[in-house]
Amino acid sequence: MNAPVILDRRRVLAGGGALIVSFSLTGAFAQDQGAPPTAPKPPGSLATSPYLDSWIRIDADNTVTVFTGKAELGQGFKTAFQQIAAEELDVAFDSLKLVTADTKLTANEGYTAGSNSMHNSGVAIQNAAAQVRALLVAEAAKRLDVTADSLRTENGSVIAQDGRRMSYGDLVASDMLHVQAQPTSRLKDPATFKVMGQPIPRVDIPAKVTGGMAYVQDLRPPGMVHARVVRPPSYGAKLTDCDTDAVEKMRGVVKVVRDGNFLAVVADKEFQAVKAMQALAAAARWQEIARLPKQNDLPAALMALPARDTTIFQHSDTSVRGSKTIEATYTRPYQAHGSIGPSCAVSQFIDGAMTVWSHTQGVYPDRAAIAEMLRIPPASIRLIHVEGSGCYGHNGADDAAADAALIARALAGRPVRVQWMREQEHAWEPFGPAMVTKLKGSLDDGGRIADWHFEVWSNTHSMRPGGAGAMLAAQHMAESIKPPEPKPLPLPEGGGDRNAIPIYKFPNARVVHHFIPDMPVRISAMRALGAYHNVFSIESFMDELALLAGADPVEFRLKHLDDARSRDVIEKAAQEFGWRKGQQAPSDRGFGFAFARYKNLAAYCAVASEVEVNRETGRARLVRAVAAVDSGQVVSPDGLTNQIEGAIIQSTSWTLYEAVTFDDTRITSIDWQTYPILRFDAVPDRIDVHIINRPGQPFLGSGETGQGPAAASLANAIANATGKRLRNLPLTRKRIKDAIDA
Amino acid sequence: MMTLKVNGKDHQVDADADTPLLYVLRDDLKLNAAKFGCGLGQCGSCTVIVDGKAVLSCVTPMVLLEGKQVTTLEGLGSNSAPAPIQRAFMEEQAAQCGYCIAGMMMRAQALLQRTPKPTDEQIRGELVLHLCRCGTHMRIIRAVKRAARLMDTAALTPASEGSAR
Repeated sequence: MNAPVILDRRRVLAGGGALIVSFSLTGAFAQDQGAPPTAPKPPGSLATSPYLDSWIRIDADNTVTVFTGKAELGQGFKTAFQQIAAEELDVAFDSLKLVTADTKLTANEGYTAGSNSMHNSGVAIQNAAAQVRALLVAEAAKRLDVTADSLRTENGSVIAQDGRRMSYGDLVASDMLHVQAQPTSRLKDPATFKVMGQPIPRVDIPAKVTGGMAYVQDLRPPGMVHARVVRPPSYGAKLTDCDTDAVEKMRGVVKVVRDGNFLAVVADKEFQAVKAMQALAAAARWQEIARLPKQNDLPAALMALPARDTTIFQHSDTSVRGSKTIEATYTRPYQAHGSIGPSCAVSQFIDGAMTVWSHTQGVYPDRAAIAEMLRIPPASIRLIHVEGSGCYGHNGADDAAADAALIARALAGRPVRVQWMREQEHAWEPFGPAMVTKLKGSLDDGGRIADWHFEVWSNTHSMRPGGAGAMLAAQHMAESIKPPEPKPLPLPEGGGDRNAIPIYKFPNARVVHHFIPDMPVRISAMRALGAYHNVFSIESFMDELALLAGADPVEFRLKHLDDARSRDVIEKAAQEFGWRKGQQAPSDRGFGFAFARYKNLAAYCAVASEVEVNRETGRARLVRAVAAVDSGQVVSPDGLTNQIEGAIIQSTSWTLYEAVTFDDTRITSIDWQTYPILRFDAVPDRIDVHIINRPGQPFLGSGETGQGPAAASLANAIANATGKRLRNLPLTRKRIKDAIDA
Repeated sequence: MMTLKVNGKDHQVDADADTPLLYVLRDDLKLNAAKFGCGLGQCGSCTVIVDGKAVLSCVTPMVLLEGKQVTTLEGLGSNSAPAPIQRAFMEEQAAQCGYCIAGMMMRAQALLQRTPKPTDEQIRGELVLHLCRCGTHMRIIRAVKRAARLMDTAALTPASEGSAR
């Protein structure tokens, strides 16, 4: 029998264990080479990281470790990935260990974003697990001298018809798993699933509800010191003077770090760092620039900026003509990710090697950016993802990682923990971009949409690193690195134009993307990107046209939709809500409906809402929401439900309350009083999520699919309740009251 | 040096009198549950129980805590022996990122000690000081109601400081 491979770090460092050695020596970069371009590629992220042992390793003691390059952000995928691996490998769920994004250990899967984790990493793990199981079965067949077809697998063992069994640990040999994945795998029949599709409790929740180590904020390596950054008061401000003497003498202060406009202080204890930061902020003198647009005139200011225009969709049928035409303009302000825990990172620089623990969404791109900032080779940096507070896109995570790295370099040897203050997160996070959409539509004589015209004005929706210049520390340090050139994100996923192309079938349709390169306010990716506003606009306007046609909103949508799965979620949500043609909501209440398929290629989601509107105050409250979602083959049904519930509540908060505020120089929404979000007094009575499972169908990302439909459903319900259409986000109490009184 | 009683144990703490309790819990006592969210008393993620009442530890200076009993989430139970409130949050899967949850649980615990059978309105009213950004609110409300049932079923007396189970 071949010697089993012991997969521990010591063996790796000692050079033993061929299976690991080849992984370690080739390193993560080599994994990107992939198969030759002519060969069909294996699915998901196996296409870019094809070696099976990049995903799954089996220890001689039967420990199975699964690796993913994606980062757990609170969306619960760790549990889902573990379910997938347990199912396809035939091992007990609890016996698996899962290692997430770490530049030393896992494949490069870029960013954990765009609802792509299941579709990239979940698919890779599923196929790698199936292929690993097949290799183990083949090995057992050889050793037992039977045919592979006569063997079955169960609970980490291969079992022969005569009852002989061999554990995976016994079977795995030297480099057995260091092989490239095949383009296709023999996946299990969904009808036989035992783990996938089951509501398995999330693996991360016990620590989170008992005070266990769960977040980067909880790391305390020996000798750790605490740092706080003094950020400039506004974009582009220059540090003209700062007398640091008094601060350096404060109790516990270890060092003041000044590098151009980057200013930070390090202290032994955390609150000493906070007090020193306050003293340092008081001592700093800045020269500011008044260059922000007028907030009250934001849509006009945005549309006045130079734009690059692209017609991204055009369809015409001159035989169909509209007779009744309406137009409408919808706007969205800048909105904040608003993580409850401000961004945090820990970094240590020893003998030229940097380790950074961060809640970044992309360990590899972040590593490259920090390497560029510090002018050291990427290979000398290890970026380890550790969960932080939920991010919902690109918040301050990467910036905090850069802060920690820059400070740690100045304090060689000591682990440095940086945590942002609340007002720093609120003022400096890259916001979700402001957007404007203009719609025009015509109905034919039969009450069908004959002509649809959609234009969207937006900045880019990602300024993630991609380059050190995307990070504040690199922008602020003396040898400043400029932010990278903003780029529109390519379709079919898109950025500002995400979901701008209607899923409905119209005889004549035209969609134009006005990409605005200039960014007066710091922006980047926020959950659903442009889809939030585009779906809000499309689905609001569908209701406006339905009203013009005198049609029921659900019936009107179905009339323009031939895709069966789209129709199914719409019909499911309508039915479970109790939607009826000609229905009448109770007094001061309204019903609303909306639907989208995220990115027109991920999960389908329909949301029906009931709201109540206080006509005296204008206050709107979501009373109940019923959602139907189709995300293909379901892995973790409760995890999916949790995502959709969360999307509806978060989107309700964005839609009713949220706008970043600023004067001509500074961001003025700097805490939860100046940037209010939804609180428990506004939580609906109930949210029901109905899942349409599609056994054997591809996983469809669902983390962001609810944002747009929830917003439009709410807006449509408010219009139904008040008889007034609100088109400018957020739909505040004042705007609703003004509309009622108008 | 001052003595701080946390989860039933006395700790000698070397911190300035103006240091908020949160920093002592996290930095000196290495407790993870209470979180820094805003430092302004606006979000509730730092909530702990002091002498039976829910308190925002990020704005409560040490000088006010002499002789008081502080309970953190760690003091209620553990992963292997969870308190009813912890069991309830696990059973309801009432977390996404979970950063706000420890604070929510401590305020809910204080409510349940005072009001063993709270109405929905009371739960919402109590938790209105707390922010959750993931939108886990429905589950949090369900978990608090489940905790009330678990406490009732177990016929437990309201938890005493530091030993609540």
